[in-house]
This record gives sequence, structure tokens and C-alpha cells, in this order.
Amino acid sequence: MTSETSTRPSPARPKVGLFVTCLVDLMRPAVGFAAARLLSNNGCDLAVPPEQTCCGQPAFNSGDRDDTRAIAEQVIATFEGFDYVVVPSGSCAAMMKVHYPELFAAGSNWRDRAEAFSAKVFELVSFLTDVLKIEALDARFEASATYHDSCSGLRELGIHDQPRKLLSGIDGLTMTEMKDPDICCGFGGTFCVKYSDISNAIVERKAANITASGADTVLAGDLGCLLNMAGKLKRDGSAVKARHVAEVLAGMADTPAIGEG
Amino acid sequence: MLITAPKFKENAAKALVDKSLQKALGNVERGFVAKRAKAAAALPEFDALRDAARDIKNHTLENLDLYLEAYEEKVTAAGGKVHWASTAEDARDAILDICTAANARTVTKGKSMITEEIGLNDHLEVNGIHPVETDLGEYIIQLRGETPSHIIAPAVHVNKEEIEADFRRVHTHLPKDRQITEPTALLSEARVVLRQEYFNADVGITGANFLIAETGSSIIVTNEGNGDLTQTLPRVHIVVASIEKVVPTLEDVSTILRVLARSATGQDMSVYTTLSTGPRRPEDPDGPDEYHVILLDNGRSSMLGTEFQDMLRCIRCGACMNHCPVYHAVGGHAYGSVYPGPMGAVLTPKLWGIDQSGHLPNASTFCGRCESVCPMHIPLPKMMRHWRERAFEAHQEPAAQRYGLKLWAFMAKRPKLYHLATGIAARVMSLLGGAKGRLSSLPLAGGWTKHRDLPAPETKTFLKQWAEGKR
Amino acid sequence: MSRDAILKTVRASLKGEADVDARREAVKARLSSHQRNLIPARGQLGDAERVALFAEQAEKVGATVTRVDDAGAVPEAVADYLRGRNLPQRVRKGNDPRLGALPFDKTPTLEVNTGPSDGTDLVGLSHAFGGVAETGTLVLASGNDNPTTINFLPETHIVVISAEDIAGDYETVFERVRAAYGEGTMPRCLNMITGPSRSGDIEQTILLGAHGPKDVHVVVVG
Repeated sequence: MTSETSTRPSPARPKVGLFVTCLVDLMRPAVGFAAARLLSNNGCDLAVPPEQTCCGQPAFNSGDRDDTRAIAEQVIATFEGFDYVVVPSGSCAAMMKVHYPELFAAGSNWRDRAEAFSAKVFELVSFLTDVLKIEALDARFEASATYHDSCSGLRELGIHDQPRKLLSGIDGLTMTEMKDPDICCGFGGTFCVKYSDISNAIVERKAANITASGADTVLAGDLGCLLNMAGKLKRDGSAVKARHVAEVLAGMADTPAIGEG
Repeated sequence: MLITAPKFKENAAKALVDKSLQKALGNVERGFVAKRAKAAAALPEFDALRDAARDIKNHTLENLDLYLEAYEEKVTAAGGKVHWASTAEDARDAILDICTAANARTVTKGKSMITEEIGLNDHLEVNGIHPVETDLGEYIIQLRGETPSHIIAPAVHVNKEEIEADFRRVHTHLPKDRQITEPTALLSEARVVLRQEYFNADVGITGANFLIAETGSSIIVTNEGNGDLTQTLPRVHIVVASIEKVVPTLEDVSTILRVLARSATGQDMSVYTTLSTGPRRPEDPDGPDEYHVILLDNGRSSMLGTEFQDMLRCIRCGACMNHCPVYHAVGGHAYGSVYPGPMGAVLTPKLWGIDQSGHLPNASTFCGRCESVCPMHIPLPKMMRHWRERAFEAHQEPAAQRYGLKLWAFMAKRPKLYHLATGIAARVMSLLGGAKGRLSSLPLAGGWTKHRDLPAPETKTFLKQWAEGKR
Repeated sequence: MSRDAILKTVRASLKGEADVDARREAVKARLSSHQRNLIPARGQLGDAERVALFAEQAEKVGATVTRVDDAGAVPEAVADYLRGRNLPQRVRKGNDPRLGALPFDKTPTLEVNTGPSDGTDLVGLSHAFGGVAETGTLVLASGNDNPTTINFLPETHIVVISAEDIAGDYETVFERVRAAYGEGTMPRCLNMITGPSRSGDIEQTILLGAHGPKDVHVVVVG
């Protein structure tokens, strides 16, 4: 960040901090580059704070409040100077936007900081449509794709129409709805390893719905779900490819799909 | 009530390979979900009614002491008697006392989850009283020696071929060559067999969907009419209800009724909504001579004022389990509790202890579909998380899991160390993934790779590449 | 013992006794004010439309409905219905004076028995206290006039209802119950009946006629 004294939002060129998420950082850097390109190309003054790690969701959902709070404080301190904090994941964005304030006692200084911070947090695709008011993006992707609604994005942040709208404007891309796109893929963070048999039963149905849609690509806005769905499809020998929606919207879907060499 | 919740994983593993169960679970997923969606869409005010229903229950819970007193006063004025029960044992004893005083040999029962909660049937049997379940689903599972696998569709896990076999095994007084392969024939047979039981019974026991403070009425909401026959024909009617069932007025119950059936079965209104107030009156030609209400606490009063208070709004519609991907996968019995699915994952730890039922609030993807359809807006995932917090505080999870999490959190709080570790992890996994770009096994990740490949990362993390100037 | 313990725990959880007087007033007011909550627009119609909606909703849940101009036509409507269903011309009813005043002498083949049902009757005849258009629901009050057993034991239940007793919503019927029985007083049993008895307990397939009537026929008068 530059040493600007005011944190007043600047509609012309908002200062945006990109929180790439721990999964993207480690497992799919391409999503981070796509998100960065989408933000930079659409008028954002983008920064990627190097000290970021994770939003704390694994600790939060494991019942470890103290570590969650400590991680949240670190994220808030790192990102609160930006006009917006953008996250290429509905799940991590919901953690930061919906749950961070709940971690701190009402009336406390940290609660106030968390609430001010949460107001600035957006999931990537909804940030493009709802804040930057982007109607269409100039990109091309030759595919027939189906979109999976990741649970947190859908139910905690109301992300449903935004990705469909932007994807419908991509040249060469045909979108088709799978059956039950809004039903969980069975990932659920640590759930998928703690209860792997149940998780498998759920992702089996998801994979079947994806296959039955006839699409050659499944898109989603959360890498956790994508790793799960791609991992299942690949294990079953399916030719369906999995990609993060940002890769398509940024015109960067020429790299190997998730789980392909 | 003995629960097998500690064996949730084993129960689930069996359920996942039980073909007949899996076929039956398809009925839940297809039937209830579509019906609810249709009913909700047909009523423009549906969501506003959910808000209103939530507000009614919140107001009631915040004044629960006073509404319970008002309710009791009205029941007494109508000639009924309220028996307060702190524990399941208190409730069982009170019911047995009433049955004994009535010289009861046979007791008919309307469908009631609360009597499952207190383990009433076993208690009656042990004391020489024969309980007969009269709801078709409950009757079927009673014949099978099972417990309900769903709170509104107790026999949802049973197929019609199994029901036929059970009827042939038990109804030995009927001709062997009768045709009962079709559901209509099975229903007719149950109707005839149970009709006699209503007349034989000395006591009828029902639950209650609501208790009305204004009038002292108990309400049962049913479709079959069995609850009405159960409470109309025997000499004694016992209502078993938990304390949070009370609502203030007839207007308030009207509002909640509008969301109950729609959320449960997708009906606008269940067939029978029956308001009962006291015993038979001097001019009445029918109805019970005695009317008793067992008002059960069983830990609920201590949920007030805690992070679990919202759970007391639950009206037992079953929408949460009908929409739960985990319930769809394993069914109700796997939970090993009286109450399955998301609502059970919150309630069971309260009733039987988080040490017994730690799996239940953990076995959720937190997909939030339950909360999104709950007519009372109960934040189920949030409350499951609260149970995870209590379990974490009590050091209940396996040590390896706890230390793994602690180690990860230690690093997540130290970016330099964290990035060193993720840098190594990326290189190693990338190497293992090779040209295929995915791993089919990985040490410590067996839970993942048992069923799925693990997509391999690039050789360097995003942050490393970004720092190196890649854009 | 349990009573005091439960109420004590409830009070302790609800911030103690501090504001109990204010709460008591609020609860008293709520119980006596009969404040209506949100009521769906569906049933809020003019008289003719309301009765039409009632019939439509009742038919949707599997009841049958016929309409006659005045009470004098009810016996013939009942006899017609029984003939159409190949049922014996015999019904069981209570002492409701409105049913007692019907000209059953016009239908001499129709046998009318009076009193509660013992389970041997094939057809019950009741007069409804009211109806709710919103969901096609019949509201029946127990007592000597319309014994509860008649609502559940016979396989066929014929219910007579005056068009003017059909309200748009449950709340209006409850207000009429208060007017008829007194504030905070109820008939022993108030049955709200929406269609014939049904069960979905066998493989989630809906079947009519579980433990209660297989057929519900409504005769709307006026």
C-alpha cells in the first residue's frame, strides 16, 4: 500500500487488496493471477499483501475460537487499510464478511475494526458485478460449461446470478444448468477427510449431475469444491474439466485444467 | 433412550452400502424437497410468515415462565391436569402412574417424538402395559423393533416388500393367501387391525405440536386421523409435550400453522389440526373422562439464555433433514439418536451429552441448506459450530486431529514460517503429481485420496510467483 | 417439585426476576389483545369469491363439494351423494338443531340415526362450525350437537356448512369461536379438517383413507 493518509474510497480507482486464499496460493496459483488480472484490468489499484496466509476458517469450523480470533486479527490488521478486500472464494469471503465480527465481543475495539473491515470484503465475481458494475467481460473460452453454486457463496453472500451473467457474455462459451447446482459437493473443509465416505457419496451425486448435464467443463467460484469435484471426476476417468470461474472470466483458461498435467 | 451416536461413522458406513435404504432415501430427496418448494412458491407471503413465526417464538421463549403458568391455569380451569417433569424419568413415572391408576393394559399412541425421547414404550412394556403405535409409519417400525429414522416420516427407510413381510409375520390371524403387495392393501390391513386397538385401549397418549397459553389447548397436527382416534376413544388422554411448545394465542398458532405443513410435507395445511381442551364435559357424548398434560423440560430450560436458545423455536417439521445432503446419504438411523439430521445434531448433544454425540455436529459440510429452509430461521450450522467449540474446549477430538490443527494455526499466525512450509509442500506435491497433474495417494491425506485424486499444485505458490514479479 | 424447579431455571435463564412485572404486563396484554399477525391475501375476498375459493381448495385436497340454495335441499343432496357412491341410504349425526331441522321427510329412504358413532356407521353427517377459504379447511366443534366420533370413525364424512360461516382465514373463525364460547374458552375439541384422511408412510406415496374418513363431502348451504 502507498502511504496515503486517507482511506476514503476512491470510486475512480479503488485500492483493492487481493486475498488469494490459502488454497489458491498453494494449489492453484492460476486463480490468483486471473483474479489479479480481472481487478487490474477493471480499474482497481491492486495490491497483494505478501504476509497473508489463511482466513482462519479451518480453525473456526473446528471449534478453535482462540486461534480463529488471532488469525482474524492478523488478516484485519493486514487488509483494513484498503478500500476493498477481494477474495476469489465465496467461502473465505463469507468467513471474513459474515463471521469475523461474531468473533469479537460487542462494543470492543476489535469488534468495531472487524465490522469496518467486513464491510469492505467482497467475493471476486460479485465484486465485479455489484461494486464495479461490470456488465460483460471481453474474453473467449471455447467450451460447454455448467456452473456449480458453492454453498457459502450462495447462501451466505447471495451469489447466484452474478457468475451466470458474466459467463453468459463470454465468447465461445455455452452454459448449461446441471441438476441441483445448488446442492453441496460434499467438500465441507475438513469434513471431506473426517467423514470421507459420506463426502464421497455426496460428490458422487454431484459428479453424476455434472456428467449428465453434457457439459465438458464444470466451473465454480471456490477452489475447495473444485478440487473435490475435479478429484472425483478424474478418479472416475471422466473427461470433464474443472476450472475456477475467474480463469474463464479473465481469459486465462488456456492453462491445464484442475488436476490435469 | 439408548443412543448409538458414538458409532456414527460405523453406522454411516453400513448405511452407505445398504441398497434398500439408499433406494428409500431417494424418496426423501425427490418427494419432500419438490413439494415444499412448490408450496412455498404458491404463497407469496411465505417468507414474511417465517419471519413472523420466528418472532412469535422468540417472544414466547423470552417469557416462557409466564406463558407456561398461564397455560397451566387454563388447562386446570378446563378440568385437565398438568404434570411437570424435569427429566425423562419424571415424565415416564408420571405417565405410568396415570396408566396404573386407570388399570390400563393397552395404551394407544399417536405419533410423538417426545415419547421416543423419554423412551416411553420400553418403560410401559416393562411394567406390563402394552403400547400400540397407531401412526402407520410408527406402527411399521414398532413391528420391526426399530426407532424412527425421520421425525415426520418414521418408516421412510422401509420398503413396501419389507412391510408386507412384517404384516404377514405379525398379523397371523388373517388369511395366509391374502393379497397385500400393493400399498393400498397394506394400508387397509393396518386400518382394520388398528381400528380394534383404539376401542381396546384404556389410555390414549399423544404428543403436541403446540400448547396455547390463551386457552389451555393442546394441538396435534396429523394426516391419518390416528391421533384423533387415539385421544377420543379411550377413557384417559395423556398429552406429552415439552415446555417450548407453548405459544401465546390462537392468532399466533395460526401464523405458525401456515409455515408448518408447507415446510414439512408441502401441504398447505395438514389434514387434521385438532385443538383439545380438557376432558369430556357433562353434555359431551364422547371424548376422554380424564385429560392429562405431561410438561417435560429434560434440559430445555437450561438452553434459554445460551447460544442454543434459538433451537427451542424448532417446530419439528423435518425440512432440515429433508434438505440435508448428509441425511440423504446416510439416513436417520446412522445418527444413532432420537432426533436425526441437522436439528438432531444440535439437540442430541444437549439431551445426551456432547461426549456421546460429538460426531453429529461435526458430520456436516455447513452447506447451510437446512437453515435456508427452516421455517423458524434457526441458524443450525452456527449452533453445530457452537457444539464443536464446546467439544474443542473439552479436548474431545482425537489427539492427532487437535495437534494437526494447532500446528497449522501456529503457522498461519506466522506468515514467514507458513510460506516456507507451503513453498516446500507445493514443490513436493507438484513433483509427486508429475505430468498427470494429480496424485492418487499421498501420506496423511488418505481421507481424501481414498475416493478422489488430489489435483497437484504448480511448483511454486502464488505468493512466491507474485513476489518474483509474475503477473 | 418439578414445577418449581423448571420455572426457577427458566427465570434464572431469562435475566432473573428483575423485569418480571413488566413482562407480566406484556404477556397479559398479548393474551387478551388477540393481535393478528400477517394474514395471507389469498383468502381476503368478497363473499362469492371466498366461497368459491373454499370449494376450490377443498377439492384440491381430495374433498368433494356441492352447493345448495337453502337448507331444505340438503337431504336430497345427501341422498344423491350416497346414491352416486353406491352407499347405503343411512347416516349418523349428532343433535345439532340445524341438522335436526332439515326436512328428512322429503327423503324417506334415507335413514338418519342420532348420537355418537360406535364405529359401525358407514357415513357420518356433521354441521361445521365454520370453514376457512385459504386452505379449504372445515372447522368442527365437539359436543352433543356434533360428536367427535362422527368426524373420524365412519368411512365417509358428509359435512354441511353455511356459506356465511366460511371465512377467509383461521383467525376469523377463531374470533367466532371466542364469540360463541367466551374469551379463553374452547369447545373440548375443535377439529380443523382439510380433506380426507391420508398417509404417505409407505414409500412416500400418498394414499387416501388412513385411519379417518376415506371420503369427505361438503354441502355448502346458501
